[in-house]
Amino acid sequence: MNLTRRMMLAAATALALVPAAGMAQETIKVGEINHYKRMAAFAEPYKMGIELALKEINADGGVLGKPLEFVFRDDQGDPAEAVKIAEELMTRDGAVMLTGTILSHVGLALSSFAAEKGYLYLAAEPLADSLVWASGNPNTFRLRASTWIQAAMLAEEAAKTDAVKYATIAPNYAYGQDAVAAFKENLKRLKPEVEFVAEQWPALFKIDAGAEVQAIERAKPDAIYNVTFGTDLAKLVREGGDRGLFDGRNVYGLLTGEPEYLDPLGDEAPEGWFVTGYPWYAFEDGTPEKAFVDAYMEETGETPKIGSLVGYLTAQSIAAAIEKAGATDTAALIEAFEGLEIEDTPIGPLAYRAVDNQSTMGAYVGTLALEDGKGVMVDWEYKTPDGYLPSDEEITAMRPAE
Amino acid sequence: MAFLFAQFLTGLANASSLFLVASGLSLIFGVTRIVNFAHGSFYMLGAFIGVTLMEILPGHFGFWGSILLTGLAVGVIGAFVEIVVLRPIYRAPELFQLVATFGVILVIQDLALMIWGAEDRLGPRAPGLRGVWRIFGEPVPKYDIVLIAITPFILFALWYLITKTRVGVLVRAATQDREMVGALGVNQAWLFTGVFALGSALAGWGGALQLPKGGADLLMDFNIIGAVFVVVVIGGMGSLPGAFIAAVLISVLNVLGVTYIPQSTLVLMFVVMAIVLIIRPYGLLGREEVAGEHGQVGAPETPIRPYGPTGQAVIAALLLVLAALPLVVDQFVLILMIDMVVFALFAASLHFILGTGGLVSFGHAAFFGGGAYAAALLVFHTGTPMELAFLFAPLAAGLLALGIGWFCIRLTGVYFAMLTLAFSQLVWSLAYQWRAVTRGDDGLVNIWPSDWLSETIPYYYFTLILGIGGILFLRHVIHAPFGYALRAGRDSPRQAEAMGINVKRVQYAAFALAGVMAGLAGGIFVFSKGSVFPTELEIAASFDALIVVFLGGVKTLAGGVVGAGFMTMVEDWLTRLEYWRLLLGLVIIAVVIIAPEGIVGSIRTAWNKYRGTEEEIAK
Amino acid sequence: MTEILRVENLKKSYDGFLAVNGVSFSVEQGELKALIGPNGAGKSTCFNMLMGQLKPTEGDVWFDGEKITGKLPREVWRRGVGRTFQITGTYQSMTVIENVQMALMSHHGKLFSIQPRAWKLYREEAFEFLETVSMQDQADRPCSILAYGDLKRLELAIALTHRPRLLLMDEPTAGMAPSARVELMQLVADIVRDQGVSVLFTEHDMDVVFAHAHHIMVLNRGELIADGNATEVRNNPQVQEVYLGGGTLFKEAEDA
Repeated sequence: MNLTRRMMLAAATALALVPAAGMAQETIKVGEINHYKRMAAFAEPYKMGIELALKEINADGGVLGKPLEFVFRDDQGDPAEAVKIAEELMTRDGAVMLTGTILSHVGLALSSFAAEKGYLYLAAEPLADSLVWASGNPNTFRLRASTWIQAAMLAEEAAKTDAVKYATIAPNYAYGQDAVAAFKENLKRLKPEVEFVAEQWPALFKIDAGAEVQAIERAKPDAIYNVTFGTDLAKLVREGGDRGLFDGRNVYGLLTGEPEYLDPLGDEAPEGWFVTGYPWYAFEDGTPEKAFVDAYMEETGETPKIGSLVGYLTAQSIAAAIEKAGATDTAALIEAFEGLEIEDTPIGPLAYRAVDNQSTMGAYVGTLALEDGKGVMVDWEYKTPDGYLPSDEEITAMRPAE
Repeated sequence: MAFLFAQFLTGLANASSLFLVASGLSLIFGVTRIVNFAHGSFYMLGAFIGVTLMEILPGHFGFWGSILLTGLAVGVIGAFVEIVVLRPIYRAPELFQLVATFGVILVIQDLALMIWGAEDRLGPRAPGLRGVWRIFGEPVPKYDIVLIAITPFILFALWYLITKTRVGVLVRAATQDREMVGALGVNQAWLFTGVFALGSALAGWGGALQLPKGGADLLMDFNIIGAVFVVVVIGGMGSLPGAFIAAVLISVLNVLGVTYIPQSTLVLMFVVMAIVLIIRPYGLLGREEVAGEHGQVGAPETPIRPYGPTGQAVIAALLLVLAALPLVVDQFVLILMIDMVVFALFAASLHFILGTGGLVSFGHAAFFGGGAYAAALLVFHTGTPMELAFLFAPLAAGLLALGIGWFCIRLTGVYFAMLTLAFSQLVWSLAYQWRAVTRGDDGLVNIWPSDWLSETIPYYYFTLILGIGGILFLRHVIHAPFGYALRAGRDSPRQAEAMGINVKRVQYAAFALAGVMAGLAGGIFVFSKGSVFPTELEIAASFDALIVVFLGGVKTLAGGVVGAGFMTMVEDWLTRLEYWRLLLGLVIIAVVIIAPEGIVGSIRTAWNKYRGTEEEIAK
Repeated sequence: MTEILRVENLKKSYDGFLAVNGVSFSVEQGELKALIGPNGAGKSTCFNMLMGQLKPTEGDVWFDGEKITGKLPREVWRRGVGRTFQITGTYQSMTVIENVQMALMSHHGKLFSIQPRAWKLYREEAFEFLETVSMQDQADRPCSILAYGDLKRLELAIALTHRPRLLLMDEPTAGMAPSARVELMQLVADIVRDQGVSVLFTEHDMDVVFAHAHHIMVLNRGELIADGNATEVRNNPQVQEVYLGGGTLFKEAEDA
């Protein structure tokens, strides 16, 4: 680091209007890229989760004796823009690694970019399986439990019932298609006699709920698998409820129990659905889960979302990796991330698998019920990905040769 | 049979909101000739204001009263927008106003986020209308029936207003012939404001009425605008009955599509629009647009001339600076410059057909993204060397332009624009849905250049040579006989035909050339980013280019390039700030008002005024 | 004299209304012929059918022995027919001389050429055409700031570039000052005389018509009611009836 370089960094920092916290003492910077405007409802709790973790980490003396700092940038949800910002964060702002994104395609763009340029990227929220499997690379790690894992958990539950005829409804894009494929494959494996009598593909956030409900009803399925979320979910639940679509049918909802999607439904949350989600309201005192929820609510004055947890774990993972590496160069950090183990996180021990760079974060599954005019998950359980993944050999075969 | 009937009812109920929003847009376009992209924002405002009012006002009266008030409130907002943003720029070139409405979208998005927060709002239920009635045994939500019953009344009220009142006579007169209204002694400014307010109010009512079936969220402005434009175009721009028929047609077809071809949800309406426009170029009930009817508003373009010695020296110096840049700046500046050159070439290619050819394309991203995809597909599936795959980008984009142009070029004006939009949506949906080949929105990744170009500096020079080369080539063509013939066809198609110019063929060739150049930009783009996603084919990508061309100045030669440079810089700067959309929107609106001839055009005008020469020849 | 243009039983109907109803006539080589008639008589409709701007409902148009009915304007142009318009249609974004150069580029088949510097192409030739219509002084002015009469003259120059054998001129002097009208028509007459071009024109100004036209046709309600020289037309009772309101024009013409 020569003088010019440092001056440039300072200039860039001032340019970026980043809080001047790092000016007095050199910080370790992490480049965080997200869709803060386009996906505001999801990105904001995530950011607050990160900030809570950073506060705790830096109160404990930071990492390697320096404060840890995240440089937050908005990519407008555009992969090309994200790649440009990533370049700036790494070459100009002095970030040691990259993280962020909710949308899978932006995550995939950053992953490819990181591999080409020799950077490290921790994909925090994107769910696409291909991120660590078919398009996986040594420079990319992923925190959140993937589509496959969560769909497999629902399929396992579905296989326990007598239902044979299934209908699926999923947004018409890669995530929805992957989620349906994963559910079908897992369910068929567990129960070969099932058949899928209707597959509905509404355009993302443009669902024609009345028509979709009529189409599913027409197929007379025993059970329904739902992948829609956000406003699509709200419309589907409302039309389906009014028209009696869910009466007497088992419904499995991917992500439906996450507060991001469940809260807006209010007292119209669909009772009896078996879902993946985040039952923050039901944790018992004295558990690390509860401690995180309390700290988060005290810090932000808001209830946590799944994004809050992911954000918190992201910062924790990165801090742990840097400490383990004892350095901030990419090679050392990648080595540290491989097989990284963190003992005390809000969800217990967390590790990054060496075989596919995927973390061992699992998912909460449970049944939806109404309490005090709000949807909640009951009879819930936290499940780790073990037992829901393909074998290591299969995964290695999927990943491009390294 | 009962099932089909129930489906038909669902379609009719869906048509209700769509018709309200579309009729507003159609009215506004018919009278003011403004293509109002902010119309979806008024719909969104209607939803949010409606939710807020319904939380305050209880009961039956509260619900229906809220809906009524919402429309009025949105109408007032619309009037405000018209007076502040649009009124100063009615004399600007055709379609320039759409840039201002784009700025309005950005401003409203951030304001809505500030006021209502990020979380989706579930719409309140209409009191007493929860649940279903059974019709022939099929459940039909009560509120659907109410919507179906209300819509004809609204159509009738609008019809009465338009055909039986003095205001309506004026509105119709203005739709037919704007000059006539002035001759009737009517204050045209207030007529426009009134119509804009009414149109906005209709969008607001549309947003409020759909609440019991959905809610309010921050993405609903963009999510509806595509469908609304499709409805207005299928119905015929400016025709209310047309909008109604088209809303019903689209909604019912959608319902059937959902049941019988569930995968069709992305493209169905655009396929319908393309078919309708190919068979009936002016929509179902639309009127033929007379060329130049509302075209040459504002000062005519000044004659063009290549740069003189001074200009050439400046350009040469600029190129030298660009060539020497890697010696003095860090890597990121080069990356930014690559982005800028790529965008400038893309914008210049659009400017070529838009400015020189007078063809406003709303779907130019099809060729940029198409080129990028063509190269990426070759690399991804066949491992073609980068050099060869790169050549394929402009080639494939050119072929695509020949294909799309064959259908579009016979149309003119807004209908041409909308058909290009429809085709670009078809290309987008192909990339989005044909996962076996394109991987859908997982995109094509790991599309990196060959080793000799993999570092930033070589790729920067590669971009500079091809990108600037492409821009200079387009300029060269503009100054060549072909460019003159293209301008002749734009200035006076009638005269051009009478002197032996096959105007359509010249335009077709220009459209293909623009496609080739956009494809070239796409090729440079994909290898600089290493990946390509359907985002590059989205409507938004087409509009990015459109906006910079207008901001730079349509009636100038450098407009596209200067606009692209300006936008890249401003965006790079502003997106670092929290409320960047608000600021960017305000910047766009400010530029539009201060420089109605675009940045280059207004600088030129100011310069000429300063020099006091009237017949200055454009640089 | 040879026949250059023959029109047979030309009809055009709009929703059952016959704007032009069975018009037949011919134009000879080197002839300056006028087509007159009150407003709405169908003159422009007739004209637009001759050059292909409109498709006739019935009837045929023959140019130099070849049937050109329904051909596109540019195809008719290629066969040697030039045209000027009632409302001028010049290229607003070009200079005066570039307008003429554009026509020459088309004439020389350069439309798809991307050779550099189009503004230098055929400049001298174009200048000569401008001289023909006395517009050489304004060669480098933007077309958009020309006076109306100058635009009319420019259009004439443009039409001449192709060295047409027949020139169709729709109200060539409309909107011009009286002195300029005489000047322009004298110019046209000279061109007819010097170059052997045939000219068919419509006109409102009877001075112009009777002073210059070799033959005159009168159109009324879509039908041709007279076709002859000035005296014949003037003495035609049907024509007098049609022009009862406009009789003064005839008197002036007689006095002239």
